[in-house]
Amino acid sequence: MSASATSRASSGPLGLRWRRQALPGFGLSLGLALTWLSLIVLIPLAALAIKPWEIGLAGLLDVLSEPRVLAAFRLSFGGAFLAALVSVPLGLLLAWTITRYRFPGRRLLDALVDLPFALPTAVAGLALTALFAPNGWLGEPLARWFGWQVAFKPAGVVVALVFVALPFIVRAVEPVLRDLSLDAEEAAATLGATRLQTIRRVVLPALLPAVITGFGLGFARAVGEYGSVIFIAGNLPMVSEIAPLIIVVKLEQFEYAAASGIGLAMLLLSFAILFGLNLWQRALRRGRE
Amino acid sequence: MTVEVENLVRRFGGTAALDGVSFSLGQGEFAALLGPSGSGKTTLLRILAGLDFPDEGRVRIAGADVAQVPARERGVGVVFQHYALFRHMSVAENVAFGLRVRPRRHRPAEAEILRRARELLELVQIPELAQRYPEQISGGQRQRVALARALAIEPQLLLLDEPFGALDALVRKDVRRWVRGLHERLAITSILVTHDQEEAMEMADRVAVMERGRIVQFDAPQALLEAPATAFVAGFLGEATRLPVRIRDGSVQAAEFGMDDLRVDLPDGDAELFLRPHEVQVEPARGGLAQGVVRFVRPEGAGGARILAEIGGRMIEGLRGASGSHLARGDACTLHAVAGTVFHSDGGRFRWQRREAEVPQTAR
Repeated sequence: MSASATSRASSGPLGLRWRRQALPGFGLSLGLALTWLSLIVLIPLAALAIKPWEIGLAGLLDVLSEPRVLAAFRLSFGGAFLAALVSVPLGLLLAWTITRYRFPGRRLLDALVDLPFALPTAVAGLALTALFAPNGWLGEPLARWFGWQVAFKPAGVVVALVFVALPFIVRAVEPVLRDLSLDAEEAAATLGATRLQTIRRVVLPALLPAVITGFGLGFARAVGEYGSVIFIAGNLPMVSEIAPLIIVVKLEQFEYAAASGIGLAMLLLSFAILFGLNLWQRALRRGRE
Repeated sequence: MTVEVENLVRRFGGTAALDGVSFSLGQGEFAALLGPSGSGKTTLLRILAGLDFPDEGRVRIAGADVAQVPARERGVGVVFQHYALFRHMSVAENVAFGLRVRPRRHRPAEAEILRRARELLELVQIPELAQRYPEQISGGQRQRVALARALAIEPQLLLLDEPFGALDALVRKDVRRWVRGLHERLAITSILVTHDQEEAMEMADRVAVMERGRIVQFDAPQALLEAPATAFVAGFLGEATRLPVRIRDGSVQAAEFGMDDLRVDLPDGDAELFLRPHEVQVEPARGGLAQGVVRFVRPEGAGGARILAEIGGRMIEGLRGASGSHLARGDACTLHAVAGTVFHSDGGRFRWQRREAEVPQTAR
């Protein structure tokens, strides 16, 4: 933001003149921030981008078109998409309850939402596995009454991903919902709208940009999720094996180039999806701000 | 449509926001609810709109008791204080909202809805903004959209909640005259809530002055100024200097403020004297009466001037008297009351007017 503001005045010894700002230290803080960002993010990413080419484009395509790798990609991205999608209504309901009503235990519920952030993912994975295993509290009745098996199936992967994606939706929607004035809803009521029409035509559209943000964040997190998934997934090749696990498997077999090739492909795919979501959100906001 | 309100009570916790409010409005009337913040005017408006419900009392709109009818079934148009436009909808969509949410069998065809929205935007004189979003237009334009949106449901009663509060002073004056003009054309019974007396006095046929959950006086603007029912109304409307005085032997003892005693038809006791600036003439000091000091002189058109004089430890505002043309800041002066309103502490009221022919003519 400040860069575009400063670039407007551009002449001087370096061909660039900083506009005088009231807040000093812009150069220093930008420099430090960039250095830090480079060390932590950019250099590792560069390594990830360079490493795969050791096996050449053909080798890379071979790795990526292995049926097992393709199946893992399908599961990882499809599962993450499904998990983020399931989390939307669930997260909206949670956010609505927390912001709109006052009841005992509200703060506790509020804190519980963040638990998936704080819990070591492996612990969550163990707990979910114990719950959904064929002899677990939930797994057993589900299998008996509906014939559903969750653990060690793709369904188990989705359950674990919903667990990690949910807080993102709640936390993205909550502040918007809190700021949404009751005025608009009251106006809708005086204009003759029923409660359902008000929610569908007034509340939800106002929340949509935040929902997309939450969806994107939850999706990104779910695609990369490892710890909580691998226990409940069972990791059967071609069935319930996720892409991050394939990377680990490749690394264990010392196929570093192949591993980083898969990593790079995941990165690009995720980036493309998030970018698309961002464009959608921007189109929605066009004209409103 | 007529509006009748009887004995309305609304309590929030222990305090009564409305404490027995009754009034009635005739078809096509434009009334204002005027009062300081916390006087209950917004609560009253919300109850009329069906956004809040009274604890006691009756609300009849067009003769039908609507106390338990929710907002969406009342067909009452509301213009909210901050407009409450739908930000994700274009101006035209905002206006069309009330028609689009109608039950299917009452809903006009889409082409008809669009035509009506366009008509309403023409009525509020902003047809060119139809495709814009609320955040792309100015405050005055948003206000017009809010009005068009409220009119779309063809309300028989229009409620305006501080509709001009968010506009800057210059636009405000224009917009309120325009809104009043629109009222003349559409003849919808309207109620304006405001804390701005100028707005209420200019726009409304009758003004209800509210104080602490009650309507203390409901009258035409002129009557409110000339015959305020209580000390509160006298102090709240128009400019006035308020003086604590004592009545003895049928006359107000005003010597300490440099004025002759005023004959009133009230029993002895404590009272308050209200003097509007045009009821007081400031003259150069003469002997006999307490003298004051001219503190400020503000020239006004046609040779007159407003003078703020300090006398008996009070600041009293008046007009420059005929013989006071040379009065300047720091000069000694006396005051001459031409008229005034006295409120006795027992609730009695007396409008006092000097009858003698010797009243000096003001320069104004």
